[in-house]
Amino acid sequence: MTLSVTPLVASAIAAAIPLLIAALGELVTERAGLLNLGLEGMMLMGALAAFVAITHGASLPWALLAGMLAGAAGALVFGFLTITLQASQVATGLSLTILGAGISSFLGRDYVGYRAPATFETLPIPGLADLPVVGPLFDLNVLGYAALLAVVGVWYFLQRSRLGLHLRSVGESPAVARSLGLRVNRIRYGAVLFGGAMAGMAGTYYALAQLKMWQEGLTSGNGWIALALVVFATWRPGRVAIGALLFGGVTALGLWLQTVGVGVSTFALASLPYLATIVVLVSISADQQALRRHAPAALGKPFFDGD
Amino acid sequence: MMGFELVRRAAPSRRMQVLAPLQAVLLTLMAGLGLFALLGQNPMHAFHEFFIAPLSTANGVSELLLKASPLCLIGLGLAIAYRANVWNIGAEGQMYMGGVFATGLAIHFQESWGAFLLPAMIVAGMAGGMLWASLTALCRARFHASEILVSLMLTYVANLVVKYLVFGPWQDPQANNFPLTVEFQDNALFPLLAALGWEWFEGTRLNLSIVITLVAIPLAWFFCQRTFAGFQLAVAGVAPAAARYAGFSASRAIWMAMLASGGAAGLAGVSEVAGPIGQLNDRWTPEYGFTAIIVATLARLNPLAVPVAALLMALLYLGGESVQIGLQLPKSISQVFQGLLLMFLLGSEVLVRFRLRRRHPTAHAAPSASVSVATAAGEKAA
Amino acid sequence: MKRSTFLGATVASLALATLGLGAASAAEPLKAAFVYVGPVGDGGWTYAHDLGRKAMEKALGGKVVSTIVENVPESGDAERVIRDLAAKGNKLIFTTSFGYMDSTLKVAKSFPKVEFYHATGFKSAPNVTIYNSRMYEPAYLAGIIAGHMSKSGKLGVVASFPIPEVVRNINAYTMGARTVNPAITTKVVWVSTWYDPTKERQAAEALIGQGVDVLIQNTDSSAPLQAAQDKGVYAFGWDSDMTAYGPKAHLASAIEIWGGYYTKAAEAAVAGKPLKQTVWGGIKEGMNDLVSINPIVPEAARKQVADKRAEIAAGKLVFTGPIKGQDGSMKVAAGKSLTDKEVDSINWYVEGVEGQLPGQK
Repeated sequence: MTLSVTPLVASAIAAAIPLLIAALGELVTERAGLLNLGLEGMMLMGALAAFVAITHGASLPWALLAGMLAGAAGALVFGFLTITLQASQVATGLSLTILGAGISSFLGRDYVGYRAPATFETLPIPGLADLPVVGPLFDLNVLGYAALLAVVGVWYFLQRSRLGLHLRSVGESPAVARSLGLRVNRIRYGAVLFGGAMAGMAGTYYALAQLKMWQEGLTSGNGWIALALVVFATWRPGRVAIGALLFGGVTALGLWLQTVGVGVSTFALASLPYLATIVVLVSISADQQALRRHAPAALGKPFFDGD
Repeated sequence: MMGFELVRRAAPSRRMQVLAPLQAVLLTLMAGLGLFALLGQNPMHAFHEFFIAPLSTANGVSELLLKASPLCLIGLGLAIAYRANVWNIGAEGQMYMGGVFATGLAIHFQESWGAFLLPAMIVAGMAGGMLWASLTALCRARFHASEILVSLMLTYVANLVVKYLVFGPWQDPQANNFPLTVEFQDNALFPLLAALGWEWFEGTRLNLSIVITLVAIPLAWFFCQRTFAGFQLAVAGVAPAAARYAGFSASRAIWMAMLASGGAAGLAGVSEVAGPIGQLNDRWTPEYGFTAIIVATLARLNPLAVPVAALLMALLYLGGESVQIGLQLPKSISQVFQGLLLMFLLGSEVLVRFRLRRRHPTAHAAPSASVSVATAAGEKAA
Repeated sequence: MKRSTFLGATVASLALATLGLGAASAAEPLKAAFVYVGPVGDGGWTYAHDLGRKAMEKALGGKVVSTIVENVPESGDAERVIRDLAAKGNKLIFTTSFGYMDSTLKVAKSFPKVEFYHATGFKSAPNVTIYNSRMYEPAYLAGIIAGHMSKSGKLGVVASFPIPEVVRNINAYTMGARTVNPAITTKVVWVSTWYDPTKERQAAEALIGQGVDVLIQNTDSSAPLQAAQDKGVYAFGWDSDMTAYGPKAHLASAIEIWGGYYTKAAEAAVAGKPLKQTVWGGIKEGMNDLVSINPIVPEAARKQVADKRAEIAAGKLVFTGPIKGQDGSMKVAAGKSLTDKEVDSINWYVEGVEGQLPGQK
């Protein structure tokens, strides 16, 4: 039985990048106290927008912008309903998933069957990309590098910047934050829009870097996995990256084990990533104090600015 | 909304509870009519095709009930769980396991158990759903793991369990190696209402499993409104601190919430495999477990509103098929439509708890006090 | 417009009257309906069927109008949709996924005058006709090219589920390759889904990591082909022509062509003599083919493919002995062939395929 580690790591990273991008956005949204379950819908809208832009002659940066704007547009609807109109966050997020899937599939039907004229290709960093095990980290496309930078960026923003601090306090207790003079709703809108733009970027990754075409439902449920990763990571950016990598890695491992002829049911192997997530989750959560320290206390709870 | 602001009402408006859904439907209709017009359809005709045509025959009505019944059943269970603030989103997986347990009996005791088979399958299906839900309850109550996540992950696993069984040990040897079990015999199937002498349902697929749903509705209502356990659950959901103070066990609430919702989902699983499907295969569910989350939330966790929400979701589904067949509109239109209706409904609900007031020019004069905020949040920094 | 009366009938007639749609035209076109398991925009299985439907409509001018219902789950919903289509006056109904088999049969019983066509199933009835595509024929031809192109002697398959359809494609692909190089082996990775680009790509990467240098997939996305393109190995397109998605890696595409069959079925129905024969068509019937062979494929390989293709088109069966099983035992003796029934329920690997077939002892 031979399993070479480096290609396995490369495979895990490639699968992890879009999960990481979407989950980082959701993390910021949740840190501001809002649970947006509409990731999948926003990702699909972003994917289609980016693909449409590129087929109509836009350059890659503009296509990315289109994707991010489409994701943010979905997030704006979510924000308006939950922040301004006080609607249930869970229900609104689920509805956004339905709406996003519906709109993208409806508007996208004329774009099926074509290859994207321009795509995000890998840009290996000479020297580093050939290192064993960690080499694949230096053999990513622009979006991949951006995702890695975003991990640091989001961490710095939340933990070191003043605005990040405000955002966290809004997620802890909007009432207190408001009594201290913060514009709670404005900060929440900002967080939601950021989450949407990141979801749109993740969608762009699927359309223009991974699949390089548009197909309905091309995110194949990964929005839900990204949502899971945020809780899994106890709302910490570094752990999102580890979680995304683990998830991508365990999925890859299940497939790799098949190639070396392990006599285990393929269905059992396919369930590995999900079982592993549960096991890790249970072991993380058993430490209640750590969890309480990190979960935004006001997550999912409506806050009315007018009281 | 410019120039207006929301003011919280002292008590939820009863009038708006009725008017808000109407407003949402009206808004959706307007959006829908606009959308149909944009697509070059006669809006009134399209509207008719979407909302009226599916209900214009006895068969249509029975199909609506057949589709709404499992949605309602799962929705009731979820409403109970969500009242306790236990976010079980893995009802889909619990439903799979209900189907699996019932199928286990159906294919192994087809001959020997006679008339007892179906009742036993119902019990087994409920137990299967509860068992699967109890895994989540255990992770949450004992290890504090997020039930949202665990129940979702277990749904993927349940799906693979079904696949393992129908591709392996439970595969019908006559099925040419396709993933199917044997077809259930009559004693493992819910009898059709038509066969029980309900002439109006002649030729339709509506079966006796709907009785389970009809019984579950008042039961769920009674549990929530009239029992101490229901009260405990609601307190645990709304005010966990108060619940602790009153000595209600948090983990008991989790267990009750998960078992109730898992059991209901399991029953829905039985009603599918022993109803319209009549066997187990690898892709027998149209995601009732996920749609029921929307049903429960739309009903605002009120057991008496759950059936209405379930019927609405079922109608949106049938309407989508109807406009595709009748008007050649892509099915994604109905998805867009569903999304819009849900959004409008959620947005309109604001008027139940709030009223609109003309904005006073000096509403928010926000002083800046970020230093003290900094200390408040700083304590939580990692 | 036949609609049983309940509360909507009056409204319906009113609406129709105002629209002026009530009057029927003189020569009513034949109504045909298609039930799809995915969205038309899936770019794979359903997309191919819809291309076929469009070709049929075009070929028959105004003589046939067709209706589609997409995204129909293979659950209790299928029966309702099929019944509804039959009740609305469709005379030809094509149900295009295996999971519709029992629903199609149930509805067919209540509508003896409607002709039903079910793709990929194994149960028929007087008015239910089965049709399927022998995709293992182009898979075999692809195997020949793979045998010529592989340097490592290792081929890979990204597979969905261990149903006979997929198993026989794996077998044919391997057999084709072993006519070129009898030492060649095939590794299979089961992704347990029909469509999940991420997983399909990871499966392809896993195979490439094990030294596989020519891939084929039996799933619905082009992800394995793109993985091959990125890693500098070869792969094939499946279901539709995928040249554009990995021009360097793409050796050829095994494609489904449903238009011819749909046209024939509709023509026969218009003529009042509906097709009743089970059709399991392949290259000979024009229901599939291997197309867009990459110019880098050597002349010898092209010639062998062309010769074999001609043989198949002339009626030679792919699964003709001698065929050895995975363990080397003789499964089909020289001069014998597997019957269609055997091919349609095949649950064993041929010699050269590695690993254990899931669900088998």
